[in-house]
Amino acid sequence: MKHLDEYRDAAASQSLITDIRARATRPWVLMDVCGGQTHNLVRYGIERELADCVELIHGPGCPVCVTATELIDFAVALALRPNTIVASFGDMLRVPGSSQSLMQARERGGRIQIVYSPLDALALARQHPNAEIVFLAVGFETTAPATALAVIQATKLSLNNFSIVPAHVRVLPAMETIMRMPDNRVEGFLAAGHVCCITGFEAYQPFASRFRVPIVITGFEPIDLLRGILKTVELLETGQAIVKNQYSRTVQRQGNLAAQSIIDQVYEVDDRDWRGFGTISGGGYRLRAEYSLMNARQKFADVLPPKGRGDVDCRGADVMSGKIKPKQCPAFATTCTPQSPLGAPMVSSEGACAAYYRFEPLPIKVPS
Amino acid sequence: MCLGVPGRVVRWINRESNFAKAEVEFSGVRREIHMACVTDANLGDYVIVHAGIAICLVDEVEAEQTLAELKSLGENSDETP
Ligand code: SF4
Repeated sequence: MKHLDEYRDAAASQSLITDIRARATRPWVLMDVCGGQTHNLVRYGIERELADCVELIHGPGCPVCVTATELIDFAVALALRPNTIVASFGDMLRVPGSSQSLMQARERGGRIQIVYSPLDALALARQHPNAEIVFLAVGFETTAPATALAVIQATKLSLNNFSIVPAHVRVLPAMETIMRMPDNRVEGFLAAGHVCCITGFEAYQPFASRFRVPIVITGFEPIDLLRGILKTVELLETGQAIVKNQYSRTVQRQGNLAAQSIIDQVYEVDDRDWRGFGTISGGGYRLRAEYSLMNARQKFADVLPPKGRGDVDCRGADVMSGKIKPKQCPAFATTCTPQSPLGAPMVSSEGACAAYYRFEPLPIKVPS
Repeated sequence: MCLGVPGRVVRWINRESNFAKAEVEFSGVRREIHMACVTDANLGDYVIVHAGIAICLVDEVEAEQTLAELKSLGENSDETP
């Protein structure tokens, strides 16, 4: 596949690894903030290969992992509500709520339909005019245009059996939360490439100078990741707290203005409760008042659960702020496994714990 | 979650802003993709698709520049013993 295979070349990977080793005079601590990057860093053995010269820690880049338990509880209640179908990305199904996951609700007769796109949830609403279709709208800025578009289309089509649980989160406020933690260890960021496709990276410049941290916009393939790491190391070695774009084939400085305007039409920035982190100021989007008819929180306020219980034994927030690596969690692969998870990072396809559980026992693998 | 896959635009189905749709090809497989965020794409252009919608165009010039850098990198490393 063009624009994909070229960035998996083994020889180029090796020479980038050599360059990173040559450049790094001390083990810099870099954080990725995208679960897709986390998975590829572990899957391709990059994290292990570079362990002697760069410490890669994995930030809160998994929207599923930071969705508050209360929202899972709400989705469970909706799925069990008569004549209602919850449409959700597959990732959400095993995530523990306060008492049960969507998967467990399904076993008890709850109606849940896995969809690949919010627009598929909309199609479901057209196919089932007598049922209520509620889409669990999780995701970063990358996903927000798709759910906003579904809301716009549903409005234009006057579909009154479609609504969403607004649960979108925003990356930059979470990065700020981490930088403000007293025991923060992050020295450089690999910024999430596809989030930046939408948002651009203007807002990262003042952030980089304020927190004196270099930020490199990075893609997902092994070569992209290695180029991002090399650039971040170069900036650290030369003391430059600036923003560089290493994913220029898809990311433009201003981002995608059409996508931004679609988000803007439907959503406004709001504070958001992040699972394990607490409330993050400006950490999410809420639906604008004009779209309140499509807001499941208002439409089905009768089944809104009380505030969710926090995770008791899961150290997900410590993992996602880089304090510990997944394997340092005492529950990892003992009391917490994908079959019986204590926390979301073990079951989301982008969760850091899931990545290590799945790939880390494998020997170092250079892409070929 | 933020996974995005590059695909080639092969046929416009609808160019009406919020309902814009095109057929996009991924390794020989064609799918209908929502195009509201890239209504200016031309046939043959590559777009990154995420959750059923195209989120941006792939910039061919930038892609070629990156690949050229990679190539020179490979050549340099061949020279070093
Ligand atoms: S291993 Fe399980 S309990 Fe530990 S941080 Fe990860 S998800 Fe939470």
